[in-house]
Amino acid sequence: MKAVPFEYARPATLAEACALLAAHGADAKLIAGGQSLVPMMAMRLARPAWLVDISRLEELQHLTAPAGQAAGGDGHFVVGAAVRQCVMERDPRGRADLPLLARALRWVGHVQTRNRGTIGGSIVHGDTSAEIALVACVLDAVLELRDTSGATEVPAREFFLAPMITSIAPEQCLAEIRFPVWRGGDHAMRGCAFEEVSVRHGDFALVSACAQVELGADGRCLRAELGIGGAAPVPLALPEVGAQLVGAKIDEQAIVAAADAATGLIDPEGDLHASAEYRRHLARVLVKRVLRAANADAMRNSGETA
Amino acid sequence: MSTGATQDFRYIGKKRRTKEDPRFVTGHGHFVADIALPGMKHIALVTSPHAAARIKAIRTDKALALAGVHYVLTGAELCAGTEALLPGVDAPKVMRYPLAHGVVRYAGEWVAAVVADTRALAEDAAEKVEVDYEPSEYVLDPEQAAEPGAPLVHPLHGSNVLYRRKFVWGPVEEDFARAEHRLALRVRWGRSATVPIETFGVAAQWDPGQQLLDVWASIQMPKYPDQTARALRLPGNAVRVHFDVDVGGSYGVKRGIKHTVLVGYLAKKLGMPVRFIEDRLENMRGGDMHGPDRIFDLQVAFDADGTIRSLKIRALDDVGAYAGRSPLQLGKPVGAIVGPYQIHSVEYEPISVMTNKTAQEAVRGFGQSPTNYALESAIDQVARHLGMDRIALRKKIFIRKDQFPYLIPSGTRYDSGDYHAVLDKALAAADYPALLAVRDAARRAGRIAGIGIASCLEPSGGNSSFEPLFNPKNQTTTWMDSCLVRVDLSGTITGVMNTSSAGQGHETLVATVVGEVLERDPDTIRVVHADSLNALPSNSPVGSRMAIMLGGAAAGAARKIKDALLAIAAHNLKKGIDELAYRDGSVSVKGNAQQSLSWDQLVEIAHRKFHQLPPGLEPGLQAKFVWEVPTGGALPTADGRIQMYPCFSFEAHVVLVEIDPETGQPKLTRYACGHDCGVMINPDIVHGMTYGGIAHGIGAALYEKFAYSDNGQLQSQSFMDYLIPTALEVPALSIVDHCTPSPHTTFGQKGSGEAGYLGAPAAIACAINDALAPLGASIAELPMTPLAIWTRMQSALAGAKDSSA
Amino acid sequence: MSEALYPVSVDVNGERREALVPARLSLVDFLRDTLRLTGTHAGCEHGICGACSVLLDGEPVRSCLMYAVQADGRSVTTIEGLAQPDGTPGALQDAFCETHATQCGYCTPGMIIAAHALLEANQAPDEQEIREAIGGNLCRCTGYQQIVDAIKLAAAKRAKGAS
Repeated sequence: MKAVPFEYARPATLAEACALLAAHGADAKLIAGGQSLVPMMAMRLARPAWLVDISRLEELQHLTAPAGQAAGGDGHFVVGAAVRQCVMERDPRGRADLPLLARALRWVGHVQTRNRGTIGGSIVHGDTSAEIALVACVLDAVLELRDTSGATEVPAREFFLAPMITSIAPEQCLAEIRFPVWRGGDHAMRGCAFEEVSVRHGDFALVSACAQVELGADGRCLRAELGIGGAAPVPLALPEVGAQLVGAKIDEQAIVAAADAATGLIDPEGDLHASAEYRRHLARVLVKRVLRAANADAMRNSGETA
Repeated sequence: MSTGATQDFRYIGKKRRTKEDPRFVTGHGHFVADIALPGMKHIALVTSPHAAARIKAIRTDKALALAGVHYVLTGAELCAGTEALLPGVDAPKVMRYPLAHGVVRYAGEWVAAVVADTRALAEDAAEKVEVDYEPSEYVLDPEQAAEPGAPLVHPLHGSNVLYRRKFVWGPVEEDFARAEHRLALRVRWGRSATVPIETFGVAAQWDPGQQLLDVWASIQMPKYPDQTARALRLPGNAVRVHFDVDVGGSYGVKRGIKHTVLVGYLAKKLGMPVRFIEDRLENMRGGDMHGPDRIFDLQVAFDADGTIRSLKIRALDDVGAYAGRSPLQLGKPVGAIVGPYQIHSVEYEPISVMTNKTAQEAVRGFGQSPTNYALESAIDQVARHLGMDRIALRKKIFIRKDQFPYLIPSGTRYDSGDYHAVLDKALAAADYPALLAVRDAARRAGRIAGIGIASCLEPSGGNSSFEPLFNPKNQTTTWMDSCLVRVDLSGTITGVMNTSSAGQGHETLVATVVGEVLERDPDTIRVVHADSLNALPSNSPVGSRMAIMLGGAAAGAARKIKDALLAIAAHNLKKGIDELAYRDGSVSVKGNAQQSLSWDQLVEIAHRKFHQLPPGLEPGLQAKFVWEVPTGGALPTADGRIQMYPCFSFEAHVVLVEIDPETGQPKLTRYACGHDCGVMINPDIVHGMTYGGIAHGIGAALYEKFAYSDNGQLQSQSFMDYLIPTALEVPALSIVDHCTPSPHTTFGQKGSGEAGYLGAPAAIACAINDALAPLGASIAELPMTPLAIWTRMQSALAGAKDSSA
Repeated sequence: MSEALYPVSVDVNGERREALVPARLSLVDFLRDTLRLTGTHAGCEHGICGACSVLLDGEPVRSCLMYAVQADGRSVTTIEGLAQPDGTPGALQDAFCETHATQCGYCTPGMIIAAHALLEANQAPDEQEIREAIGGNLCRCTGYQQIVDAIKLAAAKRAKGAS
């Protein structure tokens, strides 16, 4: 299983990388960690004539926590697209500000693939069951795409179009991902959970779900976001379902209602490992589990001040 | 000639590091992909995208135009230049060649082979080969394929049934008529295989000066050099297979005869060394290494007290589009067709059917594991029907230890065993009462949990008596193995084994046995692999035979050397042999230690002092031992009764499973295995293979399937979809040993290379069904994936709702 | 028309190795075929079996999922590099021999690389941590039991101060 012949470039700057993409268009592919791309090239499903290696670009390695609490807003934790998954896993500020991403990363591949795979690469690959992509959608992250003409911002929720197909153009490079950080008021409690069902540990998820909630001191929900992966052509954030949880306690009744609502919004496919019906069922189960767990997680955490 | 378990061995049965491990842990194994012959070329394949089609044309010009491409071989040329590979049953019109000729019969079948300077270039060129196909009718369902009117995979054969026979051993109809109860069940063993991490590979080089073809391969196959020579139309001594290639796992499947014929033909024709290493896709789709794919229909006739009078088993097996030894995998289980149970009569109807799928090959156990799965499922259903405890039923109908040797209806005698003791040990190791408590507590808490018990035989020692059984034209009754032992001038010992190894620790086995007999430290004994030109006859490590056959041959050769040493000593000490004592390689007069000759002195006489050698004794110190499998050598009776294998190991599995009630995901939380393979020569090696066999069984039971789409495409063709258990799916395993020595072998050893695999799928299936039973659900098909389990749970729930409405 | 060749310079087991290679040459093929370090094995070429595991700048990665050109300027440690300076097997390799954690030897180099990386990061791993660390390395011979035993043994020996 050897790839088709290709030419290789390792530009020193992002601008050079974009210039190469502009020059070669659809004949070129960017490579960072390569954990998703290289197997596809080995099977000759991906056949780029040019491989542009951005894994070492300094401009794509940043992990920038929000400086202070922005008035009236959250602040963003900015992750350079070529930050390796293992680096994100180990970053203490990243874990503190983006606990949902930290939890998701435990489900991503294996230790060895996380040593090479990147945050951005997983997103651009566009697999509906990719954990990092789901978190980006659920947290309503913003993606910055660059090309020779400058930068474009795309909400993660609008980035994924179809299985393995995103809105990125052949001449664009994902540069960074801005994840909103939830900074609640003095007495707010945050909690989150990520769960998935796969056949073996570490396999692609059949279905995944995650949730992040913020509770007031009285235990009532101030804010909630959730989403489902693997049960639709793209990873699916469900803001409308999250909105329904606001204002009341996240009790069993609310959870069941949310699961029912969520299940109505998905469109799962069947394949070798799971039928559409089974996926739909798993989606319902996992939404309930992550809401319960996120709620319990929030109850355990004391309120944080900025 | 067994010395029994009571004898205290010096080396046998003791913990000992293996000879093989040091080279593997330092990365110095010698695998076929490590071999780089000067000027070596590489092969990539063009494969069929269709399940069945006529090949109308093949155009190779664009491929040949690429730089670095030397040749494109098609079926037309290869089939004219080689002999067909035939199945192990009498079906001369079912011919297989390495490349398709005229028609393709399964998606993934090899159509053309490209030879280039590198594998990458060969793949580039393979993409440029143009093949015009005319798709034709195909059949995928084996029951459909067996019916008249189905599309024929091999029209010249006249049907898709490759083999069919109904064996009736004992008064089956009478026993069924007289029985108080009857039940029928169907279980299905899905298509999987033991899929080694190393794919098959072969390198060949033709020397025109010597007219000799050298072959290096990752091979585990009886009569491989001979079949290679025959297919390539070469004299037997024009093929030299190097058995010192390390095989990266085989567990039955590495029978790459078609790969070898392809590579050998090209090496000879092109006058260049050629190497072909299957990539994973070629291996899964077209390597012809799939395992049994079987539908069992059983009927059981039994009484209220649990006595099982009779058994009818119909086994329909889908061998795919071609067959090597695969139909014979329905034959080997004849030798343990009643398992460990006293059953009076049996009817067995094996049916081997062809479909348009990848060809099946031998897999660990050679059909015994699927059969054990079927038998254990039947036993559990009998217990359920009678409201009897599964363990109590088994203990009631087990063959008792005082009944050995025990003759089963199909003509095989089990040599020895104590099934009650092993089951008890397994239950104790699992802490069965505690396990029950855990299971029941889980159930009370609303969870789904079950315990599986399986008690299964592992026939061992190998014997190809299924060959004449299934094909009267094949009168093969010889199934031998051999060893040569040499003591050189300097007094060091070398053992020579005559086949390849795939991780079973054969070098350690031979050194330990020879060391035991000659009372010399096995660490000082070197064991090498012959090549096929200087090898003694062997039938390769199949059928759990090497501890018995290679161990026996090594012991036999060592004994001859010991006898020679004693003869030399007798002659030189001027005493009768009965007056001498042999100890640690030196010989002294009994009662007079001063009158002795040391090892070094005896060796020197043997090699240098002819004037001191007893008359008639060969100079030097070497001996060969070639022997036939014990209890072998006979042809089957007219009604198909035969002594299949000589020795019967036994395993009892106890496993606890929990099923996530919401997702159907199973989790094995406790696993104990009681194992009796007689005397173990190296316990770490035996345990290691048993752990591995259990892991294989977990895969077959829960995760692994070669799934085909409706249009005949293999859907699970890479490791993304063919799911092999990792260290997170295999739980901690505990093995507890028991020993009932075999009367047939030198040290009382039985074989154990297939251990674990033969009982694990049955045990796990029983556990899952025990877990599902309170829900009124059951599952009768492997693998039991989360989807399959969940689907059964849902149907049971729906059924319960219906019945309560 | 032949493929463009790219210069690569990789520190392999402490020695600088330089070559001109096609871009599509994978790191595992570079190690095995170009450098003739055949201890690293290819089992699937699509990043699942782990037989190809090596250390890249000290971290375990799948060498079938990298091209040699991507390893330019980096350091790679293969199974051959895990021996002691005098060539004798290291403590972990010795533990594998003690518990018989290898049978056919094909997954073993990758397995040892994964185990080595675990023990460098975590001196006292529990059973679950061990199984997760080797969860990306498939073995078909051993059922993992004796491998887990070997890693536990190596950790215990290290704790006692063996080199």
